[in-house]
Amino acid sequence: MNAPELRAANRRTVTKLLIATCVMFGFGYALVPLYNVFCEITGLNGKTGRLSAEAADVLTVDESRLVTVEFVTNVSADMPWAFRPVVAKMQVHPGAENLAYFEASNEAQWAITGNAVPSVSPSKASRYFNKTECFCFTQQALDAGETRTMPVRFVVDPKLPQDVDVLTLGYTFFESLNTSATADDDEPRS
Amino acid sequence: MSEAATHHDDHHGHHPSGIKRWLTTTNHKDIGTLYLIFALVMFFIGGAMAMIIRLELFQPGLQFVEPQFFNSMTTMHALVMIFGAVMPAWTGFANWMIPMMIGAPDMALPRLNNWSFWILPFAFTLLLSTLFMPGGSPAGGWTMYPPLVLQTGDAFPFLIFAVHFMGASSIAGAINVIVTVFNMRAPGMTLMKLPLFVWTWIITAFLLIASIPVLAGAVTMLLTDKFFGTAFFSAAGGGDPVMFQHIFWFFGHPEVYILILPAFGIISAIVPTFARKPLFGYSSMVYASAAIAFLSFIVWAHHMFTVGMPLAGELFFMYTTVLIAVPTGVKVFNWVATMWQSSMTFEVPMLFSLAFIVLFTIGGFSGLMLGVTPVDFQYHDTYFVVAHFHYVLVTGAVFSLMAATYFWLPKWTGHMYDETLGKWHFWLSTISVNVLFFPQHFLGLAGMPRRIPDYAVQFTDFNTMSSIGGFVFGISQILFVIVIVKCVKGGAKASDQVWEGAHGLEWTLPSPPPYHSFSVPPEPSTIEGGMR
Repeated sequence: MNAPELRAANRRTVTKLLIATCVMFGFGYALVPLYNVFCEITGLNGKTGRLSAEAADVLTVDESRLVTVEFVTNVSADMPWAFRPVVAKMQVHPGAENLAYFEASNEAQWAITGNAVPSVSPSKASRYFNKTECFCFTQQALDAGETRTMPVRFVVDPKLPQDVDVLTLGYTFFESLNTSATADDDEPRS
Repeated sequence: MSEAATHHDDHHGHHPSGIKRWLTTTNHKDIGTLYLIFALVMFFIGGAMAMIIRLELFQPGLQFVEPQFFNSMTTMHALVMIFGAVMPAWTGFANWMIPMMIGAPDMALPRLNNWSFWILPFAFTLLLSTLFMPGGSPAGGWTMYPPLVLQTGDAFPFLIFAVHFMGASSIAGAINVIVTVFNMRAPGMTLMKLPLFVWTWIITAFLLIASIPVLAGAVTMLLTDKFFGTAFFSAAGGGDPVMFQHIFWFFGHPEVYILILPAFGIISAIVPTFARKPLFGYSSMVYASAAIAFLSFIVWAHHMFTVGMPLAGELFFMYTTVLIAVPTGVKVFNWVATMWQSSMTFEVPMLFSLAFIVLFTIGGFSGLMLGVTPVDFQYHDTYFVVAHFHYVLVTGAVFSLMAATYFWLPKWTGHMYDETLGKWHFWLSTISVNVLFFPQHFLGLAGMPRRIPDYAVQFTDFNTMSSIGGFVFGISQILFVIVIVKCVKGGAKASDQVWEGAHGLEWTLPSPPPYHSFSVPPEPSTIEGGMR
């Protein structure tokens, strides 16, 4: 290979390798949505399902089966909120719509907006736990000293594996990263 | 070696001398030397940090350092050794040897080559300057898991940008190696005639290009999470800290093969030389290296079995992990078969290579144990893991770097090194490194966690033993520097071939090689197939 040919060949190889480098940098970022899709499909991380109220109505109720749903609450470190389920657990029929209440109070002297992040365990059951209404779909802004009772409507899918008879629904409240945002313009979470 | 090299440059009249020569050089031998010296300096800085760790762990209780500083030491030791010592050392060997092995006059992109080296001192100035900052150096572990790493003080942006610079440097180095080997091989040097060091480096370069940008992305996400309000890894904003672990180890597992694949090439060059037999199974070595590289991308989650994964995921990552033992086994058996019924001699490079084969295999076996999901739940984050990766990285990567240094030092300098001192270095290192790391297996199995400055009293004896081994290993490395300096300054004249059983284009050049070698490509008849 003579010098100009070699230079051209080098330029071609370098271009290809630089493109590969940029593609892999993009791939690192592409892992973020890929990871979320993967979690939703597998129920990994206890990501729960979401259902419209109409879709929940058409489910057939399995009267023969009772599943225990336990509620667990947490508040992230340094967040001056108290947060508890109104009832600790309830017995539900798969397919039937249920209503549970949670109570949060802001014990600080100032207003705080919080996000609740849900998680269901065991994770293989999380795909079968569907919420039609949840305080976790929006941000919750509490004034200083305010207490709020918040509802969750949920349906346990009748296709829930037979060996699961206890489900635990956990919520953790985090202080919202952008406290200035209003509850309405936030993207709902599931 | 620098003086020796310049004497051969008389016909090139005016080139800068002194510091300017080194700042502006585009010569592959000069840049190789710079890389190797840099790596050696970093090896001692990282080693000093390891000495502080072993000093604190000499007995239970807190004696010498604050826990926060101890954690800084474990974090910085890893970053300095991985990105400052082993990776630049491999690039240094690539620079020195690849053009001479494939009959090319220089690297394909000499100016880029100069840049990729000179980024490194800046990267490590950034990183090491954090030692003197309020809040101290990064102390959350080299894996930089959020949310812990986000609690790093002023040092945090320095850590991120240092990682960016190191990554840019190694990507540039990798591009240079690939372009050189693809476009600048001497006529007649077909791919399947390449020495295995060149082959393993090519595969390493592809691993670098595929994995380092992912790390760059991950640390950029950390940076924006901390300073720009994104929430990639913050549950409060809908992100997930576990996702960082997936992205990090997608880079991290190929990274461990980046550290070890060139070592396989080195051993495949040294064992046939001192066994005086061609390498057994050349093409199977090439395919095994490629197979290891491919598998390295689909095993990452074995670093995080305990984080919570579906059973199918745990099984998948367990099977792929254990599968890596097959191509690695092919390599070990090939080296053993090369030695079978050969006429071996035991000069220092061969001694280090033999120690590599035995001790790296021990590290491989403990890796297999860790790869089995159910038992990993016990071993995870214990000293068993520490013992495992030090067997593969110290008695693996670092021993092969030492073997390679002794192997080519006579070629570089034109002088034989001091064989007696070299043997002292070898035996002291090999014995002490086992005293250092072998007891850590037992500590891990008994439940001692990693990254803690204090421990329960029942772990005292093994820790004391390990520390004594550590101090002896550390001091022994001073012998390594003495041997190198003595060899650069003088010694018995080395022949062109240096070793009786040496084969390959680099041994057809004079010792030391001229500043510009293979300006005219070698005769195709001088190119021998594979390792012979």
